[in-house]
Amino acid sequence: MSQITVEDVEYIAGLAQLEVDAATKARLTEELGKILGYVAKLNELDTRDVPPMMHALEMRNVFREDEAGPSLPRDLALRAAPSHDGQYFIVPRILDTDEV
Amino acid sequence: MAWYGKTAHELIEAVSQRQASAVEIAESYLGRIEAVEPRVDAFTQVWRDSALEQAARVDARIARGENAGPLAGVPVALKELLCTVEGETTCASRILAGFRSPYDATAVQRLKAAGAVLLGKLNMDEFAMGSSTENSAIKLTRNPWNPECVPGGSSGGSAAAVAADECAFSLGSDTGGSIRQPAALCGCVGMKPTYGRVSRFGLVAFASSLDQIGPLTKDVRDCALALNVLCGHDPMDSTSADVPVPDFTRGLDGDMRGVRVGLPREFFTDALSGEVREHVEATVKALEARGAELREVSLPHSEYAVATYYIVCTAEASANLARFDGVRYGFRHPEAKTMLDMYVMSKTGGFGPEVQRRILLGTYVLSSGYYDAYYLKAQQVRTLIKRDFDRAFEQVDVIAGPTSPTPAFRFGEKTADPLTMYLSDIYTISCNLAALPGLSLPCGLTASGLPVGLQLLGRPFDEEMLLRVAHCCEQLRGGIGKPPLA
Amino acid sequence: MAYEAVIGMEVHVEINTRSKVFCACSTAFDAPPNTNVCPVCLGMPGVLPVLNREMVNKTVAVGLALNCRISRWSKMDRKNYFYPDLAKNYQISQYDLPLCQEGFLDIEVDGATRRIGITRAHMEEDTARNTHSIGGGQSGVDFNRAGVPLLEIVTEPDLRSADEVYAYLTMLKQILEYLDASDCNIEEGSLRAEANVSVRPVGAQTLGVKTEIKNVASLHGVTKAVEYEIARHVRVLDEGGTITQETRGWDADRGLTFSQRQKESAHDYHYFPEPDLAPIVVDEAWEQRIREGLPELPAARRSRFSDQYGLSTYDAAILTATRAMADYFEATAACGADPKQAANWIMGDLQALLTLSAMDIRACPVQPDALAGMIALIDDGTISGKIGKDVLGEMFATGKTARAIVEAKGLTQISDADALRAVILEVIEKNPAQVEQYRSGKEKVLGFLVGQVMRATQGKANPRLLNDVLLAELRKP
Repeated sequence: MSQITVEDVEYIAGLAQLEVDAATKARLTEELGKILGYVAKLNELDTRDVPPMMHALEMRNVFREDEAGPSLPRDLALRAAPSHDGQYFIVPRILDTDEV
Repeated sequence: MAWYGKTAHELIEAVSQRQASAVEIAESYLGRIEAVEPRVDAFTQVWRDSALEQAARVDARIARGENAGPLAGVPVALKELLCTVEGETTCASRILAGFRSPYDATAVQRLKAAGAVLLGKLNMDEFAMGSSTENSAIKLTRNPWNPECVPGGSSGGSAAAVAADECAFSLGSDTGGSIRQPAALCGCVGMKPTYGRVSRFGLVAFASSLDQIGPLTKDVRDCALALNVLCGHDPMDSTSADVPVPDFTRGLDGDMRGVRVGLPREFFTDALSGEVREHVEATVKALEARGAELREVSLPHSEYAVATYYIVCTAEASANLARFDGVRYGFRHPEAKTMLDMYVMSKTGGFGPEVQRRILLGTYVLSSGYYDAYYLKAQQVRTLIKRDFDRAFEQVDVIAGPTSPTPAFRFGEKTADPLTMYLSDIYTISCNLAALPGLSLPCGLTASGLPVGLQLLGRPFDEEMLLRVAHCCEQLRGGIGKPPLA
Repeated sequence: MAYEAVIGMEVHVEINTRSKVFCACSTAFDAPPNTNVCPVCLGMPGVLPVLNREMVNKTVAVGLALNCRISRWSKMDRKNYFYPDLAKNYQISQYDLPLCQEGFLDIEVDGATRRIGITRAHMEEDTARNTHSIGGGQSGVDFNRAGVPLLEIVTEPDLRSADEVYAYLTMLKQILEYLDASDCNIEEGSLRAEANVSVRPVGAQTLGVKTEIKNVASLHGVTKAVEYEIARHVRVLDEGGTITQETRGWDADRGLTFSQRQKESAHDYHYFPEPDLAPIVVDEAWEQRIREGLPELPAARRSRFSDQYGLSTYDAAILTATRAMADYFEATAACGADPKQAANWIMGDLQALLTLSAMDIRACPVQPDALAGMIALIDDGTISGKIGKDVLGEMFATGKTARAIVEAKGLTQISDADALRAVILEVIEKNPAQVEQYRSGKEKVLGFLVGQVMRATQGKANPRLLNDVLLAELRKP
């Protein structure tokens, strides 16, 4: 666990799609640094042979059967959208030609 | 008549005895809300019309001689992050301002089916991230015991509304103490059931492996009654446990013989305020007189709980909150012209600072190169914390201690430094990490008139033991009275 | 310099379940936009996924068919990235513990068998579909496809040519279709193939820089794109240039690949285990149940067709190309038709009729028993093979049986020697010159005379009888 830098903050803000101005960036670097410094106390523990607790409960194989049920009426599906045309959710043009 | 002062079980009795109609009770509560809201500000929405309609339907069913449900006519209010078809579901965030859910959360459906009357929704820290409700984008909620103090959080509105008699009970959610800590600070009973006991379907997710819905009530019996309705397997939630649900009221008999109560030495340290310690110890001591056996236990990894928690919860939150992007619902920045603008401007403008801080922290601990050092490490320590409890519960049936290191603190007291705020959850967090049930109940008032909470932790799915011990404490210590509201 | 190509394939197939992988919405392909959606697949606040059991069953079946090891303990993970077609801005996928691992698929190219390693096959959810046709500098998003179950099958970089890519995809499609795991409709997007292509000097151990070819809408397109890309790599390297690692699209009209814009964010998907879903534990008993339920796979069926029915390797391959075709053939044979004749009729006339009406064999109006009935009429001499062709056409058009058509149209073969002799004598009398030629040793003329008799009988003459009687009459002085 190393010290977090302003560049790290810029990088993760990019991943998280958040914008941080210069002042906020400095403040966040300090705050996150402090939290990560605190969190580093976990390094005091030797966890080499400890299995991670990935789920809160001991559970496995929870499935639903393959049965189709009713969907939402379209007006309800679109109701909360900031922009729609009655059929589609509308977003600013997607530049990537990743359409399939 | 002032029905608002009554507990849920008293109201159920009154309704079944035809001493009160559901509409009379609802009106009493709506009047109370109107009277004290200017002072408390617990509600984000009051559903006056629909509440009276629901109450009238309950009365009609009773008039027809039908079973109107185990909570017939009981007025309930909901934390702002439970999805409801009625009203809005905003999570106290700008990003969901005006959002109307197309469905009801399972817990809400269960309350409706049980005949409860939904009064509206309650303030909280934005997306449940906070311990004082100061992170709400909607309003500040005040502690009914002292208007200068916070109600705790994140379910601050849920605790304040119950303490101020604005609803018979409320629902909150608890990820690291968000039910128990505000219950302690406002002087009510709050239960975080075992992870998997109550369906999370329709609970807007903060940290999926830690979140759990639970009730905040005026007394222990009400808590049991609420759990009777809320608990049960839900096929819509893969993590909902398919285990039998007992009648949670059946163990409330005051008998403590043979019950072993563990006191973790790590909970009674200098970090604990003197007054809190006195009340907690006095209450626990009193249990001995009823036949309980007190034992010191050790939870050696307790000091790592907060660090573990802030890695796990922020990692999960960073993914859970990614969906708020302005495409299908929620806030989209009006000046966003490109796809990238839409994301960045909407999120940056829609989320408050604490939420953004946690998203960034969570993204950081998951990002390439850091996963093993942070996330994996934290999940391993989580195993160690769970093992501590497993060992302790070989020796004792219940673990008792303080809920919060201090009584309610003042507005602004902990907002400057996020880490200080995080440390106020020091006693509540390990319960979520270990997926155990936890309950807070009032055990006294400080000299300055602020409630003190006692926390009880139990074995997985043994909520009955917590309720039994809590009920005995309540009988022994008596109530703490009502807050000084006009 | 001589180069060899190194190619790995990533194939995404939509698994054909009735409902989506994490919710009960229908998976139907052609519904109006945003009508097969619910709070879960729209990623509404508060929703939770519940895994479709059939997705696990079908994934295990595919894994077993691809000779994979099935993970005893598997889990779902969140793959985090932002895109408007991703409802939650994370895709529920599998990261380090895919359900199927370390398999292989044997393909045949030019008579030689090549073993292609399967790295993994993992479960995930499909994304929404974006449309750019709405104009105004905007795009539309349709979430009907969001949450359709998707299986990603990844090979080792074991393929060496475009032909091998074609063979691999054809074989894979066949297997998926046999398992009823996917429609594999590449045009509708239920099968999407991406190729990672690089080249290196023959004998070199290290890999060259690869490019990834995406978004090709046909099987032939993929093959052609790979072929083009290999040649492009070789050309660039021969000219002393370097290959840039990038994603490339395929322009089918101009027959070339082109560089595509990269997604905005880098490939830091910060995966972590999906806390909303339980681990998946496929024990031996479950795996065994699925194994026992597997149909006979194309390779096994092909060799059985050769052994059991005496078909040529070529015929067996054609008849087993689809499970429906193979089933049709076996049903016809089971109705008593001679296998070789049945094979010829199905691959020849029947396939031509199907192609002409753009029909799948599953919708064929001539049922296997009807085809066998028609073949039986030829066998017992009721009709000739030539008449059979017409009768089959009629059966295809009307759905009637061969016998009904033959009786209604009086197509029954003339197998009465005396009746036939009368016609033959008439022909002999009318064609003295040709008869003379035949008798003087020009035996080729026989064909003409047979034709004349056939014409006079409207093709109904029993060919063998006709031959016998005609020869007998011609030999008479």
